[in-house]
Amino acid sequence: MTLTVTDLAIARGGVPVLEGLSFTLAPGRALILRGPNGIGKTTLLRTVAGLQPPLAGRVEGAEETIAYAGHADGIKPPLTVTENLKFWAQVFGTGDIAPALKAFALTDLADRQAGNLSAGQKRRLGLARMLVTGRPIWALDEPTVSLDRDSVAMFAAAVRAHLGQGGAALIATHIDLGLEGEVLDVGPYKARPRPVEDFDGGFL
Amino acid sequence: MTALLLRDLRLAFRAGGGFGLGLAFFLIVTVLVPFAVGPQSALLSTIAPGVLWLGALLACLLSLDRLLALDWEDGSLDLLATAPLPLESVVTIKALAHWITTGLPLVLAAPFLGVLLNLAPPGFLWLVVSLLVGTPALSVVGTFGAALTVGLKRGGLLLSLLVLPLYVPTLIFGAEVARRGAVGMETATPLLFLGGITAACIALLPFASAAVLRVNLR
Repeated sequence: MTLTVTDLAIARGGVPVLEGLSFTLAPGRALILRGPNGIGKTTLLRTVAGLQPPLAGRVEGAEETIAYAGHADGIKPPLTVTENLKFWAQVFGTGDIAPALKAFALTDLADRQAGNLSAGQKRRLGLARMLVTGRPIWALDEPTVSLDRDSVAMFAAAVRAHLGQGGAALIATHIDLGLEGEVLDVGPYKARPRPVEDFDGGFL
Repeated sequence: MTALLLRDLRLAFRAGGGFGLGLAFFLIVTVLVPFAVGPQSALLSTIAPGVLWLGALLACLLSLDRLLALDWEDGSLDLLATAPLPLESVVTIKALAHWITTGLPLVLAAPFLGVLLNLAPPGFLWLVVSLLVGTPALSVVGTFGAALTVGLKRGGLLLSLLVLPLYVPTLIFGAEVARRGAVGMETATPLLFLGGITAACIALLPFASAAVLRVNLR
C-alpha cells in the first residue's frame, strides 16, 4: 500500500503551518521527518492518520492502513502490561501479543501494572502496540523519547523488521536510527502566517 | 467492541476506578433528605419518588467527567479514533459501560433507599421500572456532554451545566411514573414517554457525540 500525499496544506490552532507538501511512501521504505520545533511535524502525522482534515491537498492510501503513535502512549495505569496490549490486539482484530512483548523485552514485565512502569518501559509498551495493530504504515511521533540506547536499538530493529515484511514507516525523529530511508526536511514548506477564516472550527 | 466494554468495566472496578462513588453519593443524599425535612412520614412519603429520582440523576452526573476525559488525557482516544472501531460505537460502548457501573447499581439500590423515605408500597415496583427505563438515557446524554467538553481543563462544571437541562424530560417523566405508581394511578402514559425519550437518545445521540468528538480531537 503506497501512501501518497499531494500538495498538502495543514493548520494548527487555526494558523497554517505547512503548505505545498508532497511525498510518496512506498512499501518497504521509511521516511524520516525533520524540522525545527513547532514546524508542524505532529500536525502532519495527525493529518495523515486522519485525526484532522487538511486545509488543502490530498492524502491517499491512508484509509485503514495507518497505525498512529503520538506523544502519549494510551496506557491504562490500573491494567497490567498484558491487559493493555491484549486490548489493542482485540480492537485491531489481531491475536498473538507474545511477539510484540518479546520484540520490546516486555515479557518479564507482562504481569506488572502499567502504572508502575518507568517512563522508558511505558514507551516500549506504547511502541509494542504498533506490532499488534497489524497495519502496514506506521506513523510515529518522536518514538524514541525517554528510551535508553538499548531500547532505541530494539525499536530500530522492530522498524527494520516491519519494513522487511513490506511495511512502511513515517517517523518524526531527531536521532539517527540507522534506517535506510529518505529524510524529508519539512522546514522549506513552512506556510506564510495568515489567519484561517474559520473561527468556529468544524462545529457549523 | 466487547474488548472495549470489558476494558472499561475492568478499569471501573479496579482501584481508583470510581465504581460505587455514585452509589455512595445516592445513599448519602437520600439519607440527608429526612434530616432536612424532619420526621414527617406523610410528607416524606409524598416527596419520596421525586427525591429518589433527583438523587439518582445527580449520582449519574458525578462520574460523567471521567467518562472520556481520562481516555483523552492518556492519548487512548486518539488511538481509538484511528482504530478500526467507528467512533459512534466507541461512544455507545462507553455509555453502556457507564450505565452498567453507575445506572444499574442505582436501579438496584433504589428500593432499599425508598424504605428510608417511607415510599408507599405500590411505588417500589414503579420506582425500579422507571429508573430501569430512564437511566440509560442519562448515560447516553451524559456521554454527549462528555464528548462536548473533552479536552477542556476543568470541564466538569461546564459538563454539569450543559447536561442538567438535557436531563429535564427524563426527570419529569421518570419521577411522574414513580409518583403515579406510588399513589396507585395509571402509569402507562408517562412510562411510554420515558421509554420514547430513552429510545430516541440511544438511537440519535451517539452520532452527535461522535461528530463533536471528531471536532474536539483535531
